[in-house]
Amino acid sequence: MNTDDSSWWPMGDGVLCNAASQTYPSCNTFTHALSFFNKIEGSQATARQTAELLRSVISQQRVPYTNQAGALIDAVKAIGEQLIAANPVELAVGNIVRRVLHIIREEDLSLTTAAIGGLNLSAVSDDENDDDRDGDSTLSAAAVAAAARSTLRPPSLQTLLEDTPVSAAVPQTSSSGGDSEGKSKFSFTAADKSSRSRKLKHDVIEAVNELIQDIVTCHEQIAEQAVEHIHQNEVILTLGSSRTVLEFLFAAKEKKRSFRVFVAEGAPRYQGHLLAKELVARGLQTTLITDSAVFAMISRVNMVIVGAHAVMANGGVIAPVGMNLVALAAQKHAVPFVVLAGSHKLCPLYPHNPEVLLNELRSPSELLDFGEFSDCMDFGSGSGSPLLHVVNPAFDYVPPKLVSLFITDAGGHNPSYMYRLIADYYSADDLVVQRRATAGN
Amino acid sequence: MDSRRSSRAVIDPKVRQVGFFTSAPLPPDRTQSDPPDPIRSPPLADASSPGNSLSPVMIPPPRHPSDSLLRLPHSPSDAFPPPSPTTTTTSLGDFSDDVTAASSPPPAAARVRGRGSSVKQQGAASSFPGGGFEVPPSVKAPSSVPASGLTTVSVVKLPPGISENAGGSVSVEVQSDRALNSKPLKEKTSKAERRAIQEAQRAAKAAAKAEGIKTPAVTALANAKSAKSTKPSPQRNDSAVVVAASEKKGGDRSVEKDRKKDVPHPRMQYDDKSRVQKLKKRSVVKPTEARNRVELFRHLPQYEHGTQLPVLQSKFFQLDTLHPAVYKVGLQYLSGDICGGNARCIAMLQAFQEAIRDYSTPPAKTLSRDLTAKISSYVSFLIDCRPLSVSMGNAIRFLKSQIAKIPISLSESEAKATLHSDIERFINEKIILADRVIVKHAVTKIRDGDVLLTYGSSSAVEMILQHAHELGKQFRVVIVDSRPKHEGKLLLRRLVRKGLSCTYTHINAISYIMHEVTRVFLGASSVLSNGTVYSRVGTACVAMVAYGFHIPVLVCCEAYKFHERVQLDSICSNELGDPDSISKVPGREDINHLDGWDKSENLQLLNLIYDATPSDYVSLIITDYGMIPPTSVPVIVREYGRGQLWIYEECDPLASPGRCSDAVFFVDGLIFYPSQHLVLSFWFPDRPPSGLNNDLLERSDNFVTVAENGNFTNFEL
Repeated sequence: MNTDDSSWWPMGDGVLCNAASQTYPSCNTFTHALSFFNKIEGSQATARQTAELLRSVISQQRVPYTNQAGALIDAVKAIGEQLIAANPVELAVGNIVRRVLHIIREEDLSLTTAAIGGLNLSAVSDDENDDDRDGDSTLSAAAVAAAARSTLRPPSLQTLLEDTPVSAAVPQTSSSGGDSEGKSKFSFTAADKSSRSRKLKHDVIEAVNELIQDIVTCHEQIAEQAVEHIHQNEVILTLGSSRTVLEFLFAAKEKKRSFRVFVAEGAPRYQGHLLAKELVARGLQTTLITDSAVFAMISRVNMVIVGAHAVMANGGVIAPVGMNLVALAAQKHAVPFVVLAGSHKLCPLYPHNPEVLLNELRSPSELLDFGEFSDCMDFGSGSGSPLLHVVNPAFDYVPPKLVSLFITDAGGHNPSYMYRLIADYYSADDLVVQRRATAGN
Repeated sequence: MDSRRSSRAVIDPKVRQVGFFTSAPLPPDRTQSDPPDPIRSPPLADASSPGNSLSPVMIPPPRHPSDSLLRLPHSPSDAFPPPSPTTTTTSLGDFSDDVTAASSPPPAAARVRGRGSSVKQQGAASSFPGGGFEVPPSVKAPSSVPASGLTTVSVVKLPPGISENAGGSVSVEVQSDRALNSKPLKEKTSKAERRAIQEAQRAAKAAAKAEGIKTPAVTALANAKSAKSTKPSPQRNDSAVVVAASEKKGGDRSVEKDRKKDVPHPRMQYDDKSRVQKLKKRSVVKPTEARNRVELFRHLPQYEHGTQLPVLQSKFFQLDTLHPAVYKVGLQYLSGDICGGNARCIAMLQAFQEAIRDYSTPPAKTLSRDLTAKISSYVSFLIDCRPLSVSMGNAIRFLKSQIAKIPISLSESEAKATLHSDIERFINEKIILADRVIVKHAVTKIRDGDVLLTYGSSSAVEMILQHAHELGKQFRVVIVDSRPKHEGKLLLRRLVRKGLSCTYTHINAISYIMHEVTRVFLGASSVLSNGTVYSRVGTACVAMVAYGFHIPVLVCCEAYKFHERVQLDSICSNELGDPDSISKVPGREDINHLDGWDKSENLQLLNLIYDATPSDYVSLIITDYGMIPPTSVPVIVREYGRGQLWIYEECDPLASPGRCSDAVFFVDGLIFYPSQHLVLSFWFPDRPPSGLNNDLLERSDNFVTVAENGNFTNFEL
């Protein structure tokens, strides 16, 4: 498994002051926003801002003649590491960083492929360029691309099928391999350098723009599928508030489906109130229930549609607290449990003890007023541990077996397929964003 | 009363003669000091033997005589006093009693320990044609009531066995059987003779046992409380027990009939327009219907909340039909000052007590009818304030049956006094005492190092936790709470004050916190006869998650809250709370998205009060009859129905033997007669013992506590 716990864990706020973030002042504020104030709410906004930040990083990065992709990757990693460290629970940040890295690799690869294609066409003239390779200049561009792709992605059934027999000769880099292998192989020195470097940066920025666009429009793409899942007179239950769910329900409503929505309020944040208000504003029949009534009501519900905080590679879901309760109740009553997630929420990591490690304990003041119990606690006794603990976790982990369906902007998928879908978006080299110890500060 | 008590002998029927041992001679016992009732049971009365005869009976562990009585606490939250030897304990022997290996009779051996003395007692069985026996006041002698049953009855009087020094107690042993009936015993047999008889009897018994025959016998263990030598209080003195043999046939039929009648009435369905209209006409409160009603719950009353209280308060002086106490309780329900099944039930009963005290029968009316009508009007007022809980429904049913049972001959003041004490007893036995028994059971399930999770605030669970803490057990409590009532906060406050280590969280975090939990204790508003636990909304969620984590779920519920109704979901019957309390979050002014929610047609707020936990999620139900699996609930419901009829029976069994079919409470072959301090064990030849089924007996170490005027007797199974 390619996950590394340390990549999620806070590394201390000291990293904020290092050189990289001084280079990019916006990074600093963003990191602050992520870590201290939680100013950015919701993974979509976070993802978008992360992508924008990385775009500016890329555009400001000076690219050397050699190994441009490597330079970009290093720069993005340096920033990404801090961003992830600032709020390790917000997995969308890491996802976007990895996706940008993946974009750089892909763009670099496609440029390389094009270049090789061009080389092959002009046959002998640039022969020396291939010196550093094994010397098989007749290797087709397609084979190179396939080989390269196999370095970007973990080995899988699909890559095996795609591979031409020729490319079997190309050594496959292991998925856990270092980040330098892929790029060293394709870091060309001989092609028209200045134009290619500009082209690479340009292409990368273009692709990041597309990514941002995808993030922004993921709601619409998910909502387009609503009519395929919601029929007339359906009763739908949801918990808390999610923009994706909101748009999804609206889309079905606009298609003249009439249905009824139960909204569990989602204590202690009570975002369900917000959702209920918006649904009512659009004319949907809405009933707000308390979270404790979920089990009571779910027997009358046809489908549970919820948003997610993140989707892990095993198909498990990190979701607002209380979701596991809903999922269990839905399973008990054989109600489909559908999770809507934009692709920026797909996380390539496999969770380990996510209830604890991917959770966040929020302030107890959301449950009990400070001082409310001060009168009945004896602080003077000094027996060590206090009598009263208040636990207020922010997230729940829903294991994949409780999820019936994921609906992403790439369509509907089974939980067991999520690892594959996720592999399309990320390069295996980037799962560990943390730079090498030598490269670190 | 104490003096009477202390003189009471203890019955320990470990050895019992079963079957038709007509030839068995009577054990020569000590001459009884009181002559047998000359009329009814002349021949059979025999004096009990002095305890020096070492019979192979079970010897109960000596109890230290003590006069200190267990006082019933008047609030259920009182600390549960640890069981002490002062408690009068009557143990009903079990089949596997190690002590009585040789001699205990197959069906049921009962061991009754008296408070003042520890007595070894010997049971003698009598089988009578009539199957009925009665114990006249002074002498417990079975009457020779002719009856057709095969029931055998043995009335056992305890000799002041080992501890003969308990001089005050005189036990009388009476044996009756057909032969004896025809051939009455001489009142005075010589000591030697009696001795011989006793020996022979013992031999016969041993033989019977060897054969392993379960001989039909109804063994009545009569407490020697009638304590002939001392002056028994007159009212108790005439206590007598009759088990009419005819009850078996005729009684069964009537039971069948009763059972048909017992099918619960269909609930009021509020989507039935005509009935709602009718109801409104009668109603005092005149609630306004909520505007945004939840479609799914049209069948439940959905009224505007908060409007009734001021209206009612203003009406106070106009409502002359209502007793002020009832009125007060109604307002307390309405405002939510009293909540929780037990508290509401007790408040209601006490209000009724006051109302009955101030009641006087109008001219040309009979008390039982008029009072019933009166109570009904009170009840409908209370329903207007807040729908009844199952516990209250059961209590009302009990009260009405008590009123109906009052004989016309009784004067008004007597009737009122009777009802008053009936209600008092219901509160004591069914609620307060039951809770203590539950606590006693439940603490055995708490071990050091446990992490106990509870949801909301249940009075029974709170008592359990506190008692376990007082016992010095080391455990931690997780209190899970939910909106909108946040009852857990109150519980948290009380527990933290007592020094328990608590963790507080909300219901959404249940999956997070469940990892560290080892036991889940839940309260219940009611347990329905399909094992469904009807409780505060959210209980089902907690039980479900615990089930998912393979953590045992223990539900604590007094047996008076059991109901024969069945329910599969939480929709068909429920209660709806004030929707406004959902739209606002106290202390969180930032959450105001739903201000003015009632203006929009499409939005409903649903504030469910209860939900139904499927029985799959429940590992154990702890009740005053012991710890039972959810599948045994219907058995309790069935037996409780009978027991309820009986427990409060003031009727003189002699006067109306037929009633005693109701008056008997069966627990696996045991008949409890607490009001007479009698424990009867019985065995019908052609019918397996009714009552709690065998698996129950095997599963749990039951004991049943029977209270009488503040004194308890524990019947251990």
